[in-house]
Amino acid sequence: MTVYEKLQAEPKNLWKRIVLFLVLLALVVWGSDSISYNGVAAQGSVVASGIIHGITHPNLELLFNLTDAGVPYLILQTIAIAILGTIFGAILAIPVSFLASTNIVPKWIAYIFRALILLIRTIPSMVWALVWIRVTGPGAFCGVVTQSVCSIGMISKMYITAIEDLDTGILESLDAAGCNTFEKIRVGILPQLSASFISTAIYRFDINLKDATTLGIVGAGGIGSPLVQSITYSRWSNVGSFLWALIVLVLIIEYASTKIRNRLARGRS
Amino acid sequence: MSQADVRKAPLFDRVFKPEHIVLENGHSVERPRSRMPLILLCLLAVIIISLKMTGFDFNVIVRRAKELTVILGQIFRPNFSYFPKIVNPLIETIKMSIIGTIAGCAIGLPLSILASSNINHNKPSLLVIRFILSVMRSVPTLIYASVLALVFGLGTFAGTLAITIFTVGIVAKMLYESIETIDMKPYEAMVSFGATTLQAFWTACMPQILPTYVDDCLYCFELNIRASSILGYVGAGGLGVLIRERTGLRAYNDLGMVLLTLFLAVLIIDFVNDYIRSKIS
Repeated sequence: MTVYEKLQAEPKNLWKRIVLFLVLLALVVWGSDSISYNGVAAQGSVVASGIIHGITHPNLELLFNLTDAGVPYLILQTIAIAILGTIFGAILAIPVSFLASTNIVPKWIAYIFRALILLIRTIPSMVWALVWIRVTGPGAFCGVVTQSVCSIGMISKMYITAIEDLDTGILESLDAAGCNTFEKIRVGILPQLSASFISTAIYRFDINLKDATTLGIVGAGGIGSPLVQSITYSRWSNVGSFLWALIVLVLIIEYASTKIRNRLARGRS
Repeated sequence: MSQADVRKAPLFDRVFKPEHIVLENGHSVERPRSRMPLILLCLLAVIIISLKMTGFDFNVIVRRAKELTVILGQIFRPNFSYFPKIVNPLIETIKMSIIGTIAGCAIGLPLSILASSNINHNKPSLLVIRFILSVMRSVPTLIYASVLALVFGLGTFAGTLAITIFTVGIVAKMLYESIETIDMKPYEAMVSFGATTLQAFWTACMPQILPTYVDDCLYCFELNIRASSILGYVGAGGLGVLIRERTGLRAYNDLGMVLLTLFLAVLIIDFVNDYIRSKIS
């Protein structure tokens, strides 16, 4: 009997469920004209069979071509863009995030810098690339500059959390021990921040690597531009080899970055 | 240090022998050499190679920085009279992300059950599904959209489909990670009563993962709003069409208005999501 009583005592949220369901249904109905299916495009079936053929029969010559146009070089270039973008972004984010932490600077300064961070985060990286491309011209250089700027937004947001969690009691005890400012930063602040800063940077590297491909579409170097060109000109076997290379690269980086970040979080294993 | 220990030590410690310190009381300890110089050296080499490869040139930035300030100056003076033309693409973008998120989250749920090692004990199928999910996640949304736009014609259908595929990959991954950390005792109790795997999952596991599931869906929705705003660049409908057109025409005041609208939309949606989250938890 107690089981039955317990069941009766459960809160009744039938109404909540109905309302939730109706809201979802309304959203789906409202949005459903975005999936108005107009049938396959004129060349659609040709494209579909082409892409499947391309993925199953990648252009092996391109895949192992060691010149500038080959896949290995483009992959390395994509990695290089992501590495530089992450490193510059991570360095530029340090002053920004200190200036946006309420426990370091007065509130009003912090809010100005937070607005700046929000602004950087909201403008899509592709738009940044379109703007920077006018400055640097098309190429990998544009990708690096774009990613350096875009990375600041998200990295600073994570840095701020780490900075605001700083244990300031340690600084007082270092004061009591007679340390100067430099020593206080070296042994009191750096060890507290370094692990989470590095972890954030590696996480961002993961994102930047995927983003570098997207940026290639607007002409910012890396594997994205030849990939999109091959799609436009229907060279499906080239598309196949670029896609395979990209998938393998992302899987490896994702695995490695998760491993490293777990190790940083739990300390040396 | 015995012979066995030497073999066990990492290569680094065998090349650079640990510092031997004899304490005042006669005991001795060993301090491994710092790996910092080696790490910094490797990092420096990587940076130099990367700089060479990408053709990084700081002088260009300094020399042409004026160009940037001109463009940014125009973006920050948005053309408000352009707003009426933005409304429709904005609604398209929001619709694309809503449908894409709902469809993706709905498809992602069963896949995540199949991909969690504590529910699905069939190792081969588990690995196959996880591999498919990782592949789905590793291709950028924009690439999906550009291929799908060729197959299904330009418009929002291709964009919605691209978002759905990406959402499935990401939601399923986040979900199976949380399914694997739940308390399995209610589930085992249900199974011992004679419930099927699906029944047991629905009654014993679903209530445990539901808050995380909703949270993940909202997070995906936020991601998708940002992602779908640029999908139009490859012809998949929404704000991206305007972004491409306006940058092509160098009408940066109009672009500024598009970005301002997007910014406000994202801000409102984030706010609503935060409200829903606070209600749930």
